[in-house]
Amino acid sequence: MAEIAYWEAILRAHDEEMTNDPMVIAMGEDIGVAGGTYKATSGLFDKYGAERIVDCPISENSYTGIGIGASMIGMRPIIEIMSINFALLALDTLVNAAAKIRYMSGGRVSCPIVMRTPGGTAHQLAAQHSARLARMFMSTSGLRVVTPRGPLDAYGMLKSAVRSNDPVIIIEHERMYNLKEDIPEEEFFRPLEGAEVVREGEDITLIGYNFSVHLCLEAAKKLEADGVSAEVIDLRSLKPIDRETIRRSVEKTHRALVAEEDEAPVGVGSEIITGIMEDCFFALDSQPVRIHAADVPVPYNHKLEQAAIPDVDDVYQGALKALGKA
Amino acid sequence: MNDSDKKRLLREMIFFRRFEDRCFEAYVERKIGGFLHLYSGQEAVATGVLEMANVGVGEKGDYVITGYRDHVHALKSGAPAKEVMAELYGKETGSSRGRGGSMHIFDPTANFMGGYALVGQPFPLAAGLALGCKHKKTDQIAICFLGDGANNQGTFHETMNMASVWNLPVLFVCENNGYAIGTHIDRSTAQTDQYKRVDTAYNMKSSQHDGMDIEAVMKEAKKAVDYVRNEQKPYFIEFMTYRYRGHSMSDAKGYRTKEEEAEWEKRDPIKILSDRLIKAGTLSKEDIKAMEDEIQNEIENEIIKFAEDSPEPNIADLNKYVLDDNPDPRWVGPLK
Ligand SMILES: Cc1ncc(C[n+]2csc(CCOP(=O)(O)OP(=O)(O)O)c2C)c(N)n1
Ligand SMILES: [Mg+2]
Repeated sequence: MAEIAYWEAILRAHDEEMTNDPMVIAMGEDIGVAGGTYKATSGLFDKYGAERIVDCPISENSYTGIGIGASMIGMRPIIEIMSINFALLALDTLVNAAAKIRYMSGGRVSCPIVMRTPGGTAHQLAAQHSARLARMFMSTSGLRVVTPRGPLDAYGMLKSAVRSNDPVIIIEHERMYNLKEDIPEEEFFRPLEGAEVVREGEDITLIGYNFSVHLCLEAAKKLEADGVSAEVIDLRSLKPIDRETIRRSVEKTHRALVAEEDEAPVGVGSEIITGIMEDCFFALDSQPVRIHAADVPVPYNHKLEQAAIPDVDDVYQGALKALGKA
Repeated sequence: MNDSDKKRLLREMIFFRRFEDRCFEAYVERKIGGFLHLYSGQEAVATGVLEMANVGVGEKGDYVITGYRDHVHALKSGAPAKEVMAELYGKETGSSRGRGGSMHIFDPTANFMGGYALVGQPFPLAAGLALGCKHKKTDQIAICFLGDGANNQGTFHETMNMASVWNLPVLFVCENNGYAIGTHIDRSTAQTDQYKRVDTAYNMKSSQHDGMDIEAVMKEAKKAVDYVRNEQKPYFIEFMTYRYRGHSMSDAKGYRTKEEEAEWEKRDPIKILSDRLIKAGTLSKEDIKAMEDEIQNEIENEIIKFAEDSPEPNIADLNKYVLDDNPDPRWVGPLK
């Protein structure tokens, strides 16, 4: 085991997959000579050259399309989009092409691209740099959407995404790139599908993904001090969603809360809670709680920004409500 | 080009025209649904350009990609006509197993990488195919056919820039038929000579030619294809052409005059070549009539019959092909 930061985990996965398969290339803005906005490809330009670490002009839709075209004939591009806000520019090639080509070709052509992009509110970046947008991608048939919560998944899921034959969107988070974790030094893979119980408990199920898993884990510690035993589930994959793991947990705890950094209405919370209603309604002892951002563009002012997005206390208070203690 | 090649090319163009006419009829009979965009009038472009490329040789050949007006490009690339027609009929035996329809013909065994409905979307996909060819160091190239209207998309500008700066072996073929649905190019486009939009702007070689005379198309296409393959650089070639029918089946053509249509039909690509072959004594009128009858017979008794007789997809297979249907559990899981 070795302690490694989230960005280093991504870098290691790139490096290993590029060594393993000459068809793997990386594409994106400033990823090569400049080393990458989040250092996730630093040093790779010198090692693999300009043909495999492709510095792209600011043309998100078309370089994504170029990656898709290349993937149709056996290449395995990893496309970095600097911010999920800019991924909106690539929605045509991503959603109208990558997600649909397998289907509309009757399974004859596939698009095994990986798109990595950070979503989330960082530090006063204001409305155009703080979107989360997971909900936009998780609603598209033909895409996989995964949300690594830490270095273990950031490394293991990127490696799996490169090898899977489907288009995979990996949503990272600006506030997680320096998060550290011990991970094995030998090569390993983490599957793209399946939620994970990251903390076992008896009284309530707290469900998160990406950054909000950490809010749930912190809230669970506070609840423990109150004598409440909270189970925490990391969804890991937003498309498809592992409803079975959620059902099993809720049937044990009888209470559920979903925490997302995205704004509601419409999103991860509504989808997960609908699933709970459909799968285990009669197991519930109280109505499920949804914790989410305010329905506003993210403000610049620090206090307003913090008020707009959920924090540990919001999750904690929400859990108390579900427990009938608020 | 020898006489037998010329005869073959004439036959191909007559076949493509008749194929499209038969699609029209099948649409009226409601055998074909959705949007249907026919290629009649433009045959010399796809036939001539692809004649000069390495197509019809399966997966070792060049890659071809285009928009929704894609039947003829698929056929000339080597997609079996029976399968293309079956696709239009929505059948399981179709090129895309009945999941794509007229606008989304795919045949990767012929390196025909699809027809796409989003105007302009094939530009980057084509450049990506070219990037793949370059990366694998094969001598394959990618050929992208799109209309004049597509050149007003952002993907046109973004892709021309990247194709040029990365020296991608891609040939962009602009089929300038003067219209984007009902909007004449003069009303939508500041620089109506399309080839001029890439030369200094994107430092890409380009040229403009007659698209009605297949021999002229082939002569220019050969130079362009050779340039792309040998120099490993993109080229933009524009052919002036005309579509005879409406944009799609629901088009009354109220935006153009009968005189304009008649003017273009004088230079019909099939007429130009057949007149030339008759004049040279290579073919007689009777020979051409016999050719037409043979084609009619093939389309009716083989191609249409195959499409009619083929089964529809199973409803139980609705969810097939969304994602990899046999994923490797090591990468896909689920997590244990
Ligand atoms: C992105 C997008 N916008 C609009 C349309 C509707 N549309 C379909 S074809 C077309 C005109 C395209 O003209 P051109 O590129 O000249 O091709 P042509 O039909 O003449 O072959 C339009 C506007 C579309 N399919 N996709
Ligand atoms: Mg046009």
